[in-house]
Amino acid sequence: MTDVVMPQMGESIVEGTLTKWLKKAGQHVERDEPLFEISTDKVDTEIPSPAAGVVSEVLVEEGKTVGINTVVARIQEGDGAGAPAANVSATQAPAPTPAPAAVSVPAPAPPPPAPAVEAPAPAPEPSGPISPLVRKMARENNLDLSAVKGTGAGGRITKQDVEAYLAQSAPARVAPAPPQPAAAAPVASIPAPQALPPLPAAGTAKTRVEPLSTMRSKIAEHMVLSKRTSAHVTTIHRVDMTEVAKVRERSKAAFQANYGLPLTYLPFVTRAAAVALRHYPLLNASLDGNNILYHNEVNIGIAVALENGLIVPVIRNADEKNVLGLQRAIVDLAARARSRQLKPDEVAGGTFSITNFGSFGSMVGTPIINQPQVAILGVGTVDKTPVVVNDAIAIRSICHLSLSFDHRLIDGALADQFVSKLKSVLEGWAEEVL
Amino acid sequence: MPERRTCEVRELGRIGYAEALALQQQFAEERKRGEGVDRLLLLEHPHVITLGRNGHAENLLAGDEILERAGIGFFPTDRGGDVTYHGPGQLVGYPILDLKLWKRDVGAYVRAVEQTIIDTLGDYGIEAGRIPKLTGVWVGGSKIAAIGVHLSRWVTSHGFALNVSTDLHYFQYIVPCGLTKPVTSMAALGVDRTVEEVGRNLAVHFGRRFDCEITELIYD
Repeated sequence: MTDVVMPQMGESIVEGTLTKWLKKAGQHVERDEPLFEISTDKVDTEIPSPAAGVVSEVLVEEGKTVGINTVVARIQEGDGAGAPAANVSATQAPAPTPAPAAVSVPAPAPPPPAPAVEAPAPAPEPSGPISPLVRKMARENNLDLSAVKGTGAGGRITKQDVEAYLAQSAPARVAPAPPQPAAAAPVASIPAPQALPPLPAAGTAKTRVEPLSTMRSKIAEHMVLSKRTSAHVTTIHRVDMTEVAKVRERSKAAFQANYGLPLTYLPFVTRAAAVALRHYPLLNASLDGNNILYHNEVNIGIAVALENGLIVPVIRNADEKNVLGLQRAIVDLAARARSRQLKPDEVAGGTFSITNFGSFGSMVGTPIINQPQVAILGVGTVDKTPVVVNDAIAIRSICHLSLSFDHRLIDGALADQFVSKLKSVLEGWAEEVL
Repeated sequence: MPERRTCEVRELGRIGYAEALALQQQFAEERKRGEGVDRLLLLEHPHVITLGRNGHAENLLAGDEILERAGIGFFPTDRGGDVTYHGPGQLVGYPILDLKLWKRDVGAYVRAVEQTIIDTLGDYGIEAGRIPKLTGVWVGGSKIAAIGVHLSRWVTSHGFALNVSTDLHYFQYIVPCGLTKPVTSMAALGVDRTVEEVGRNLAVHFGRRFDCEITELIYD
């Protein structure tokens, strides 16, 4: 025989109203099948059966309010008596003081200690409650509320009472020192060249107020959090992309023809970054209090600009993909980011990020780390540039890579070794098959 | 990495009660099976009056014909609470959360929903608060937001309704939540904003209050 009790639905909840039996006495119920419904504090909850068997006794009828742990029913388990008392739970609560009145508003609680958890409620004024709105109006108008006659329930002062009082006594009242320097209304009549320019009237403001979108405020929060969290340092390397540019030129048409994909510089840089991250795992780590978390997966986030925001979808196991796989992932994630079809787990779990501001014409940037990562790579434009090679001036495809890193964990020497590794992969690009 | 729970916000715009209910049930079932993510559905309903599981039909003051003539739908539902009205200008929020991942505490849940609304109203200079034992959010003695929740295997559905610019005349057809107290709206308190805008602000407060990452990736 298993006792079914009124469950504890929360720390401050000491009783519940049994609103509906979903099974009647004599009926069979499966374990975890909804057995009855209770109501507590505007929340209706289905309660699953603690055991399988036949409902042998229903002890509390619908509409009754009982304390938690009160036995409300008994279940005779499947094959009869022998079963060990499965449910030891109930330290029988004080008798089910039946709620005297309404069902929807739980009756005042029996003794158990609740006050500690009680949510802070606005304490009602002892002498006739004054609503916050009325109090605010009074404050703003320098008004002594004792002079206002209340017409609300029990002589309460309502908003209308305050408005009526203000309207009525307006001429008599002493001007309550406006906060701004005398916004003298009839300016026109007194030609005062020295006067301050009139403050913009509320209606014709020169600024427009628009609340942040959810995404914008999250970005704002994250950026400031990151700056506050990490000791940002940015190191910038000049990388000769001429080899990559040649490979890219050779393969571009084939990519388009075979895969319907463009071929940009970004998958090359991502590939090189993945190699360098495997080489220097500290760049693929996070800082957690006094521990370094080394991530075994190389999951590279790619920043995607949206119309009014930014999102960083993640290429998982980027080190296991070739240029083709990376290019496909980049195109796919960017397209779905822009059509807002990313799944939440596609923007989570990144271990390093890349932002390609070169596509907007920027040569060098100092990106902000995407927390809780410890580094982010910024990719500048790739431009044909005159450079000195073997004491001769040559035209090479030059790109600047900016690495912002968290100096709490990574020192400059390591950061520069990391970028040098990346650079050597790109400058000596050896993979013919992309 | 310390993984933060995510909560996906869906702005559904104006959507019929039955349609929204089906969506809630689908998401809640998914969540009960341990699939999907926590969600916050934000929407507006056309004129409709709904009655909670423990509601008293006598709190509905108008007969069927009157409601029909006024173009108001009527739905008995499985949420907590009594009778309430939804309609244009009202921000309705249906959080589909697995409370097992937050707190197994319906009291704490309802208080957190209230606090989310109080925080949101605070952004607009409205000092809102609670009245002990009267779930909901109040400004002075008037109710500005109603709450009614259904819980199954610690997964929440239904939620809250905040009067942004609701035409308060429609409340004359009911005794809101079985209480003979006045209702109010942000517009009635002199704050003229759109449901959409208030919803976005609320989503941010919701994320803070429930300590989850708000995403708004998926739109219908």
